[in-house]
Amino acid sequence: MIKAILIFNNHGKPRLSKFYEHYSEDTEQQIIRETFHLVSKRDENVCNFLEGGMLIDGSDNKLIYRHYATLYFVFCVDSSESELGILDLIQVFVETLDKCFENVCELDLIFHVDKVHNILAEMVMGGMVLETNMNEIITQVDAQNKMEKSEAGIAGAPARAVSAVKNMNLPEMPKNINIGDISIKVPNLPSFK
Amino acid sequence: MRELMVRAMYCEMLGYEADFVYIHAIKLAQQGTVLEKRVGISIFLKQNMYYLQDLQSTNLIEVCMALTVVSQIFPKDMIPAILPLVEEKLSHPKEIIRRKAVLALYKFYLIAPNQVQHIHGKFRKALCDKDPGVMMSSLHIYLQMIKENPASYKDLTGSFVTILRQVVGGKLPLDFNYHSVPAPWLQIQLLRILSLLGREDQSMSELMYDVLDESLRRAEMNHNITYAILYECVKAIYTIHPKAELLEKAARCIGNFVLSPKINLKYLGLKALTYVVQHDANLALQHQMTIIECLDHSDLIIKRETLELLFRITNAQNVTIIVEKMLGFLRLCNDDYTIIDLVGKVAELAEKYPFTIWFIQTMNVVFSLGGDLMQPDLPSNFLRLFADGSESEEQDRQLKLYAVDSYLAVLKGDCSHLPQRFLQVISWVLGEYSCLKEDVDQQEVIRLLKKLLEQRGVSSETRSWALSALTKLCKGPGYAELALELAESLSSSLDTVLRQQAHELCLLSQDSQLHARVLPHPAPSDNLEVDSSLSFLDGFVSDALAAGAAPYKPPHQRQEELSQQRALSLEPYGLSLPVTMSSCTLTDRQSPTFLSMSSDLSVLCVCSANTLMLEGVKRVWGKDGYIPQKEPSLTPAAVDEPSDVVQSPDQQGAAETSLPEPEPEPPQLDQEKQQLASSLFVGLGSQNSMSLLGKTEVAVPRFRRKARQHESASTSGTSESSSNSSHSSRSTTDSFLYGGLLEEEPATPIQNSYHTLNSTSENEGAATVSAKEDKQANSSQILGKSIVSQRNCSKSLPVAFPHSSDSMVLQLPSELQELPHSDVVSLTSDPHLSVSCCRVFREDALLLVLLLFNPTETALRDVAVELSCEEPLMLNTEEYGKLWLSISNDVKQNLKLLTGGGDPLRATLNALKDSLQLHIVDIIGSEGIVACHLLRGGPCLMHCRVHGASLAVWLRSPLPSLPDCLLYHCQRALQEH
Repeated sequence: MIKAILIFNNHGKPRLSKFYEHYSEDTEQQIIRETFHLVSKRDENVCNFLEGGMLIDGSDNKLIYRHYATLYFVFCVDSSESELGILDLIQVFVETLDKCFENVCELDLIFHVDKVHNILAEMVMGGMVLETNMNEIITQVDAQNKMEKSEAGIAGAPARAVSAVKNMNLPEMPKNINIGDISIKVPNLPSFK
Repeated sequence: MRELMVRAMYCEMLGYEADFVYIHAIKLAQQGTVLEKRVGISIFLKQNMYYLQDLQSTNLIEVCMALTVVSQIFPKDMIPAILPLVEEKLSHPKEIIRRKAVLALYKFYLIAPNQVQHIHGKFRKALCDKDPGVMMSSLHIYLQMIKENPASYKDLTGSFVTILRQVVGGKLPLDFNYHSVPAPWLQIQLLRILSLLGREDQSMSELMYDVLDESLRRAEMNHNITYAILYECVKAIYTIHPKAELLEKAARCIGNFVLSPKINLKYLGLKALTYVVQHDANLALQHQMTIIECLDHSDLIIKRETLELLFRITNAQNVTIIVEKMLGFLRLCNDDYTIIDLVGKVAELAEKYPFTIWFIQTMNVVFSLGGDLMQPDLPSNFLRLFADGSESEEQDRQLKLYAVDSYLAVLKGDCSHLPQRFLQVISWVLGEYSCLKEDVDQQEVIRLLKKLLEQRGVSSETRSWALSALTKLCKGPGYAELALELAESLSSSLDTVLRQQAHELCLLSQDSQLHARVLPHPAPSDNLEVDSSLSFLDGFVSDALAAGAAPYKPPHQRQEELSQQRALSLEPYGLSLPVTMSSCTLTDRQSPTFLSMSSDLSVLCVCSANTLMLEGVKRVWGKDGYIPQKEPSLTPAAVDEPSDVVQSPDQQGAAETSLPEPEPEPPQLDQEKQQLASSLFVGLGSQNSMSLLGKTEVAVPRFRRKARQHESASTSGTSESSSNSSHSSRSTTDSFLYGGLLEEEPATPIQNSYHTLNSTSENEGAATVSAKEDKQANSSQILGKSIVSQRNCSKSLPVAFPHSSDSMVLQLPSELQELPHSDVVSLTSDPHLSVSCCRVFREDALLLVLLLFNPTETALRDVAVELSCEEPLMLNTEEYGKLWLSISNDVKQNLKLLTGGGDPLRATLNALKDSLQLHIVDIIGSEGIVACHLLRGGPCLMHCRVHGASLAVWLRSPLPSLPDCLLYHCQRALQEH
């Protein structure tokens, strides 16, 4: 079972966190911090699996992560998941994001948090892998979007949401958003063929 | 509103508090349009909230969302409310809904397995769903259920195999392909299920061979996900009943993994090797050079995995070098989890080969590196091994001297940075054994310990260890002054334990006779006897009673009185029952609470009457200072040779060079590495295909306990476990033990020996019979002895039967023949089966060997043997009354009443009667009396009264531990109902 899915950038700022078990706010932040600490120390040419489950209770937990440009995608799973399988699941997830946002970048994750969550909900449900086929996931998400639009009428809301989030006064946000190098190279991973 | 929600969500992810939006999120989810709903829902997905209304919606998307919410975090007590709705969705026309519903049900199963029990049938339906996606989701459920109980799903093996064959054969729609591999995740899931089903089951495994072979063959493509499938395949092949051809292929696969330049695959290869090496050590030999390379790999994770692998292949010859490697890694790493894990492993390895200087050295490093992170039982294990000593006195002495020397050296240096646990161990060893060393001035030792005691930054627990050690050392009048001084300085300490110990020290140092008696030297290696009935306090109690104090009532009695006074007792009666003395004895038998209890005792005694207590209780050290020498359940089957397998380092060197190096010789290899390899893999002989684990156990005796005379070996468990036995009653149980169990056992009625005869084509008359000795274990518990160790409960012994039936020379299995044993006595026989019995006396256990012999030509299947040591005691009510009054040991307890048709009391008693062979003497109104007795042993009377929803039981028996045992079995029997 998947215990948690975390995405953070090279500076350790969370971009998406999803926990499939209940933890308190503080524990969640603690987990994110420690995971970042563990993952960021590792070189590019070492394996993508980490063991040592002090993080989330239970010792048979594994961290499986991938690093794309500025973002780390980390899945925390227990022993009943296959390592390589999850590794490819991350790949599917990223490719899906890429398809939905057309060249996904870190900013997309910030401004469309809800959309990302929806995509994730179609892939992983309650900690179990629900769907691994990219097209199937996109079809589901699209169907929902269509329905939204038909109900909402004018599709002005998302744009307004974007502008609102942009104007938000979050202290550390501007520092990290450096649009210059945020393009995430997603498909065709060089190391995994 | 919607944008605000999105913002709040983002803030929360960054770690800011946003609790205030939850209520708005709920509002939004209930009222808004779908668009707004989605946002609202995704926010409170995080929280422990739930909602039902959308499940009934006709809108597809709304139902989807509702199911997602349900499968998130769901409160247990809400499941019944929502279960029917979700269940209904299982037959929804849309497959996506069905799929989500199945997953939601799986989630419910994880939260509360018993609430979804009734819909297991529907899971099967989901498995056969025409949509592969739904079937895939149902595999989650089956994987979990099969993991818990493989036996009850064996019938599905065929279906799983068929599914896998279809998947592998590419029968699924192309939608399911991922990088042109058909449904890889599905395959992985199926392979896992199959390996669980095929474990140790030949017939099931045979079903799978073909399809496993097929998937191995198909998964040759060079993509990441195919490796994932291959890895699962290999694991499955090694888990199920082995087949040579497949094993060979799997081994080749592992080779590819390990040799792969891709680091992830290498990692998995090492993992697979670690797993496989238990079955086939030779595989590790093939890859030894790769393993050596991995050992120096820059990636810590790979390194750890390699050490894990080495840990599995450790034997007597390579243990030194492997432990050295592990310690080297330990010094480098700074991750708490890894340290704890590795420290445990090193200690485990070291403990296999104790009584060498190497052992002490290793443990010292472990203690100083592992520090206070390590598992708390490590130091006590070490001390126990150390105290027990080995076979030869001389070796023992040397060892202890060495330890004392090394610890003195440690203490002389700067010890402020040492972990507390290490300091505690040092204190104990010095306290016990520093007097073995004549040339060391005791004053010096005392000075060092005192320094430790006064050092800053030492925890109070360590202080109390050090003080205990000082107490042991301060004997004779010469130390009175020192003791006084210490006591003075500590008597104002805030820590009560320290204060108490200081007081003891003060008293003991003044009276050397008392000291000698309280702290006999050397510390007795047999069990200290604790008089938990506190009989030494009797005088005190009677004085108090004479002075007008109220008599002591046990807590349950007080409770009863209280509840009688109160008209309405609100609390469930049984739950609030505090632990009484007698229930302590019940738990003591298996658990270490013995320790805590005895330490409580000592505290109690010290507080109440200082000199008085020292007569009864021999000595119990502070919190965990005292290590009781329990009969370990792990003692290996009698090991006769001394532990000379463990060699000292220099001998080992010789052994290394003399042993044939098993590895093939690659032309150009680093000399050093090769040497390392040879020392690592030494002993993994290439000719044996025996499982490594088995081998190490056979070859290497863990340790040999000091030989004790037979008497004490078999009764020492008794004196400890049946703790409130006074002397007289113990002798009766003893005589019963020998008289009863040893002499009368052949007369044990074999109450139920049914056998089904299954004639098969040919049979030699030799049958391996698995005798279920369940009942025997029970009866041994009833005796209150740990004579028959539990692990012998069910065991199948291959017995060599003679071919011809007329010359009935029954033989014991060879491994038992060396042990002292009684003659084989024939118990009963009929044309189909004759039963004989023999007792074998092992050091740690009494084995009762049943020999079942089948003189006919037919094969025997399913012979169930039931042994019983207790039988109904036929009494009438008057006799019962007389007997009741004459017996003193009593125990009270509440039992569950069986609710069923008719009279609950009668139903409960009948159930007990059926399962435990009790005799129901009489039932009067809401009360019932029951009697039973041990075979030729004491009776046990039981008086039951219905008390609300529970049954208040009062047991009396002359044997002190019998009521507890009977009570325990009653509880078990009722639970089974």
